[in-house]
Amino acid sequence: MADVTLSIDGQKVTVPAGMTVLEAAEKIGAFIPTLCHDPELSKPGACRICVVEIDGMRNLPASCVTAATEGMVVHTASPAVVEARKTIIELLLASHVEDCMTCQKFGNCKLADYAYYYGVKKSSFVGEQHAAPVDDSSAVIVRDTNKCVLCGKCVRVCDEIQGRHVLDFMHRGFNTIVGPAFNDGMGESVCVGCGSCVAVCPVGALTEKNMQGKGRSWEVTKVKTTCPYCGCGCNFDLNVKNGKVIGVTSNPTSEVNGRHLCVKGRFGYDFIHSSDRLTKPLIKKDGDFVEVSWDEALSYVVSRFKEIKAKDGSDAMAVLTSARCTNEENYLMNKVARVAFETNNIDHCARL
Amino acid sequence: MTNSIGEVKECDYLFVIGSNTTETHPIIAVEMKKAVRNGATLVVVDPRKTELAELANFHVPLKPGANIPLLNTMCNVIIEEKLYNQEFVANRTEGFEELKAAVKNFTPESYAGIIGVPADTIREIARGFAKAKSAAIFYTMGITQHTTGTHNVMACANLSMLTGQIGKPSSGVNPLRGQNNVQGACDVGGLPNVFPGYQAVADKANSEKFSKAWGVKQSEKIGLTVGEMMDAAHHGDLKALYILGENPMLSDPDITHVEHALSKLDFLVVQDLFLTETAMLADVVLPGASFAEKDGTFSNTERRVQLVRKAVEPVAGKADWEVIAEILTRMGYPHEYATASDIFDEVSKVTPQYSGMSFARLEQGSLQWPCPTPDHAGTKYLHQGKFSRGLGKFIAVDFKAPAELPDAEYPFVLNTGRRLYHYHTGTMTRRTKGLSGIYGEESIEINPADACKLSISEGDLLKVSSRRGSINVKANVTDRVPAGMVFTSFHFAETAVNFLTNSARDPIAKIPELKVCAVKVEKAS
Repeated sequence: MADVTLSIDGQKVTVPAGMTVLEAAEKIGAFIPTLCHDPELSKPGACRICVVEIDGMRNLPASCVTAATEGMVVHTASPAVVEARKTIIELLLASHVEDCMTCQKFGNCKLADYAYYYGVKKSSFVGEQHAAPVDDSSAVIVRDTNKCVLCGKCVRVCDEIQGRHVLDFMHRGFNTIVGPAFNDGMGESVCVGCGSCVAVCPVGALTEKNMQGKGRSWEVTKVKTTCPYCGCGCNFDLNVKNGKVIGVTSNPTSEVNGRHLCVKGRFGYDFIHSSDRLTKPLIKKDGDFVEVSWDEALSYVVSRFKEIKAKDGSDAMAVLTSARCTNEENYLMNKVARVAFETNNIDHCARL
Repeated sequence: MTNSIGEVKECDYLFVIGSNTTETHPIIAVEMKKAVRNGATLVVVDPRKTELAELANFHVPLKPGANIPLLNTMCNVIIEEKLYNQEFVANRTEGFEELKAAVKNFTPESYAGIIGVPADTIREIARGFAKAKSAAIFYTMGITQHTTGTHNVMACANLSMLTGQIGKPSSGVNPLRGQNNVQGACDVGGLPNVFPGYQAVADKANSEKFSKAWGVKQSEKIGLTVGEMMDAAHHGDLKALYILGENPMLSDPDITHVEHALSKLDFLVVQDLFLTETAMLADVVLPGASFAEKDGTFSNTERRVQLVRKAVEPVAGKADWEVIAEILTRMGYPHEYATASDIFDEVSKVTPQYSGMSFARLEQGSLQWPCPTPDHAGTKYLHQGKFSRGLGKFIAVDFKAPAELPDAEYPFVLNTGRRLYHYHTGTMTRRTKGLSGIYGEESIEINPADACKLSISEGDLLKVSSRRGSINVKANVTDRVPAGMVFTSFHFAETAVNFLTNSARDPIAKIPELKVCAVKVEKAS
């Protein structure tokens, strides 16, 4: 397709025809807030916070669903635009539950970020507040509809990416909420807990149950790694605080999976700090396991291996290596068999 | 996989056989759903009505073990109707006449009964596969865990080669590998018949090469597979076994036999995160480190090598690679590495598929093997222009029934597999609150017609027995399984289904027939 050249805040930018004004603005680094927009999902143009002023247009169009055209003159921060955005934020805050202090999303909330950026301290619209009970019926996800800004990203990600259609809008006007059919709890619904909805939620409406109260976003070190479960090879960030893994969050740069994971990848990490973990080597003495030092355990293991190899020969020795462990560890186990034991008796659970 | 996960959504014809992808490979299933959304045709071949089967254009509920009849009848139709890719067959393959002769009698009419769909549907599926712009086969253990596992895979390869649906984007044969690093464990030498990089131990040139690389004379004698190790231990021929992060006391067929075998060993060392059912039998247990506690690499099902990064200190003070290196050193073979990256450098020296890889490169992004040189970008799909052996060889395969079929005493087929919420022997997932909160107890799926006959209601405790043992497990009455079949997972020690399974193995790959054995079902008293 041909390119088009437009002006954004006085700066000329050339983009492929068909690109939206929002995408063109992102290209030159112009700031436009968004709530319902997500590059991976369809574009409802619903939240209107991304409105801009375009010369010759009567209203303020939503930049996420307006195509850039030749000669277009766009203003992303004109007084009319700023006022419109402030009003939208005020309207959202008017019915938003005020518990930022204990909100899991504190420090990582788009609504709070935009209120801060535009200096919206509190809403000038006084009226009814939402006071629905928090849905903690799911073992992995907390749903608080009082914090929902109705952007619909959770609805679309569940539909368009995960293909599960668990969430949708229900009721109308002020009473509109997002939830599973009949407003059942997430735990009673057909939700499988993949958590893609949590990954796209811009506010604190959908959060990880396990991470509640465990750490603020700025206290956490994120370490990108590879999932230990199936062969898909998803990547994610381990969230580490004080030497402990307190959660898993999506890392959009993951080559296989982007932000999407399954329930095991996103929520299956408690075992790392389980009290059942073995912390010391054990040697069975008179039928019972006794804790010993690494040195004692390794000396004993090596002396027994040497004895048996000398007495019964290399082919009386074998190694079962592990499809759960790293390549480096498997390679070394291959050397235990082939170099130290001098046998090809090595296998793992590839067949199971 | 010969293809990449990223190619799945572009595929026009997905032929999924023996894979419950939404539960076992959820993120690949997401890509399959994208393909369906893009208008692709989805065929799911599975005796169970899996979630993916419900989305499929065609669900083929074949009788357990009837994979070759289906694949061969498809080849028959494609040859009879001259829909095969004549150019590809002529230039890229050999053995076409043998295949043609072998599938001649596999007419859809003769086998429709055990395939489970009418002959015309088989024809329609075969035509669709042959004519599609891109068609890919996806399989998991439903193809391999049979006494004909190797032949089943060959039958898949025959279909792909016959139609030229391989060696190009979104077209190929795609085994979805089960565990996070089963691909890598195979790649770097964790198999009894090959050195790292699939270099056969029986080939003198290879044993000489590795003797030189490692400074110890290498045996050309093929070693024992896991099932054969158990047999050898049982007979007293195997004396010492060192197990790293595996739990055969739950994962292997015929657990009673496994327990006898492991108990007969003179010396068993188990290195694991937890005191597993297998570790309980050990003479020495060494604490392992979880994936969060060490650096290294995993290779996924699409041959993608990715970094594993240490996030927290090892709970027991040592990463597994440090423990193994210390054992090697103390055995008299010094192996001192400062980092996992040093070990990887040695791996890439002796593993041709990994030659061009290093941690420094992987820090910039993952790489898919083969990646032969440091400036090679890696390989998205295999067999472009040429197969590894030159010409692709058609192998004629015939139908052979599973080793143990239902009879009057054991009238049900027991099928086994995985659940979304747990992994393998559950050592990790069952110690995770969220996952156990969602799925804390196992049940066995039984068809309503069978449940009715046996007066079984949802939740009733059943006694399920085979010739090898019995377990008690709650009933889940569902038409997800066909009449005559029951299904459960092997994740739960309390309902360890591998007490029942058959250790009969495929003669070539030595894989056990975990998908079919005969059981009886009764209410537990």
